[in-house]
Amino acid sequence: MNLITVSGSPHIHGDQTVKKIMWGVVFAMLPAMLVSIWYFGIGAITTTAIAVASCLAAEYLMKRFLLNEDPDVSDGSAVITGMLLSFNVPSSLPWWQTVLGSIFAIGVAKIAFGGLGKNLFNPALVGRIFLLVSFPVNMTSWPVPLSNRWVLVDALTGPTPLGQLKEGLANGETLSALKMHLPSYQDMFMGQIGGSLGEVSAVAILLGGLYMLYRGIITWHIPTAYLLSVAAFTGILYWIDPTRFIDPMFHLLAGGLMLGAFFMATDMVTSPMTYKGMLVFGVGCGVLTVCIRNWGAYPEGVSFAIIIMNAFVPLINKGFKPKRFGEVANG
Amino acid sequence: LKTFKIGGIHPGDNKISAQQPIEVVPIPQTVYIPVSQHLGTPAKPIVEKGAIVRTGQLIAKGDGFISANVHSSVSGKVQKVDEVVDYSGYRRLSIVIDTDGDDWLETIDRSQELKKECTLEPKEIVDKINEMGIVGMGGATFPSHVKLNIPQGKKAEYLLINGVECEPYLTSDHQLMLEKGREIMVGITILMKGLNVTKAMIGIENNKKDAIQLMTSLAAEFQGISVHALKVKYPQGAEKQLIKSLLNREVPSGKLPIEVGCVVHNVGTAFAVYEAIQKNKPLFERIVTVTGKSIKKPSNLLARVGTSINDLIAMTGGLPEDTGKIVSGGPMMGRALSNGDAPITKGTSGILVMPEKESKRKTTMNCIRCGSCVTICPMGLEPYLLAKLSENQSWEEAESEHILDCMECGSCQYTCPSGRPLLDHLRVGKSNVSQIIRTRKN
Repeated sequence: MNLITVSGSPHIHGDQTVKKIMWGVVFAMLPAMLVSIWYFGIGAITTTAIAVASCLAAEYLMKRFLLNEDPDVSDGSAVITGMLLSFNVPSSLPWWQTVLGSIFAIGVAKIAFGGLGKNLFNPALVGRIFLLVSFPVNMTSWPVPLSNRWVLVDALTGPTPLGQLKEGLANGETLSALKMHLPSYQDMFMGQIGGSLGEVSAVAILLGGLYMLYRGIITWHIPTAYLLSVAAFTGILYWIDPTRFIDPMFHLLAGGLMLGAFFMATDMVTSPMTYKGMLVFGVGCGVLTVCIRNWGAYPEGVSFAIIIMNAFVPLINKGFKPKRFGEVANG
Repeated sequence: LKTFKIGGIHPGDNKISAQQPIEVVPIPQTVYIPVSQHLGTPAKPIVEKGAIVRTGQLIAKGDGFISANVHSSVSGKVQKVDEVVDYSGYRRLSIVIDTDGDDWLETIDRSQELKKECTLEPKEIVDKINEMGIVGMGGATFPSHVKLNIPQGKKAEYLLINGVECEPYLTSDHQLMLEKGREIMVGITILMKGLNVTKAMIGIENNKKDAIQLMTSLAAEFQGISVHALKVKYPQGAEKQLIKSLLNREVPSGKLPIEVGCVVHNVGTAFAVYEAIQKNKPLFERIVTVTGKSIKKPSNLLARVGTSINDLIAMTGGLPEDTGKIVSGGPMMGRALSNGDAPITKGTSGILVMPEKESKRKTTMNCIRCGSCVTICPMGLEPYLLAKLSENQSWEEAESEHILDCMECGSCQYTCPSGRPLLDHLRVGKSNVSQIIRTRKN
């Protein structure tokens, strides 16, 4: 007879693994990626490929030489970071900036904290914010969808809906006049608008989000709390003064909200552990997003909102414990 | 269908030995009977080397309040009273008997006839259960008479009978219900009388539809017994979870079921009580499921206490080539054995033989803070946090995070996508915290 194993119970194991979760997320991002290729063409392909390749390379090298660990990158987490980072930048971003952003995302936001599972902040968002403050011009030049898709020339650029809104209001235009130039909700839903390459199409992101819900990779708590709180907050503002504040539907479909709510705020590593905590986290993201969009310096606030809430996660975990079985007042 | 609310998991059923009729294991040449087959103080041997014993004779006497008598499972001559490695892997005092025939005490009624009437008074019932060495047959092996002694100031309202058998693979309770349903019912009425309660509820998970149907029809013949189908969810067979499922009552943290007016017994215990009270038969044999994916003939066996696990496995076609692990009990809470020499005891509900490829743990990765362990913990604890506190030896903090509420059901480790040994850390933490609490009291 062979040697038999003696180990503590349990002796069976569920079939969920880190790899399955991570590659499931990658799969869920495919619709948004395909849509980005449709709208932005070769720029979307190269940006995504470069970001994923640099994230993988950065993770491999840093794990091997800095953490002195087994440099296995097959868990898929670096692929997610790469894809998400590319989703958060314009498809026209110079390739070397994409590489720098990837190295920063993996190196500073992930490996410096100890690698997978130990980071406080979402690496892709840290990478995006690094790029935004370092290369503000390149990071806010948005190629016009469906223009010059397959040629390697400088693409036509145009504004994002949120940018249009912010600039218009700052220049003293009225909301009703501005609305004439803003894209239709149908275009915003499908994704035919200016923006980062992966954030434009609400429908593609929803599709991926539903897949992750179905597979149990994410739960409904964070996206629902996030989207509902944005809708409620902007709804109240719209109700108070519809000449100054645009309707909730616009806010839901514009910018990176959908991408943030389904793919970035839900990042397991950087979000709370309990359902209660997740709801608090989602509402915090929603409130901050609306505040930044309406009163901040930037037209878009999703990345900042999520990063700020990431910082609160340890506190939320302490404050919002699960309900214990047999919990009594003085027990 | 009813079930408990917080947490829980759905491991694959794998009840491959279901509906296999109970088969009797031949009496072995030698039996090894540990004097500690129950929770609490070990029993004191009252026979010496060379003594001639009969089947059912008392050979070790319960010592103290939480303890249980041990009886000989065979007739023969005591070879020695010595330490033998038991299922826990430790050497424990055991009485080794060389078998010579099967000569039962004449006080034991060996007929198969059902005896319904019980004329004993409640006090006499409890005393007799004590005398016959009955312990919880679900695996926890808590001496049954202790549960029947209701503490001053408390009152039992319900007797709950556990027919859940939520551990994957195990089918001994299921088969017992199918074959000995009437005897179990009588056992329940005796327990009700002993406890002075009028209501008993039997909880059975919905993956045993035949047992639910049979028990429901049998319950109609008895006063105050009701049968309840429960939604399949592990660990529903845990005492506190079963009470929550059946009555929606929550036993407060650190308290016993009697706090909410309940006493819980296993169906196997109810059967043992029937035999003890109605047939004068001490607890010296039990039903054991012997199963596993590579086992030729997964079976439900009736075996004498002290028979070696190897003998039971031999009955099912022998130890498979690809064996990688032998577990006493179910796959979630059972104990892995270093070999099959250990004897079965009153608490052995099953022997699970696992193939090599399923025996090894997964490689451990970093915690990705997915929160699954928190979501599924049936006690509403935070296993990831408790494991970390335990790793850091922060015992006080682990205590204030209620590490002692953990019942070691293993759901957290089962679920963890990173394959982290959460329960290993929790066990270490629990034993250290208990130690600290004990020293504090002294």
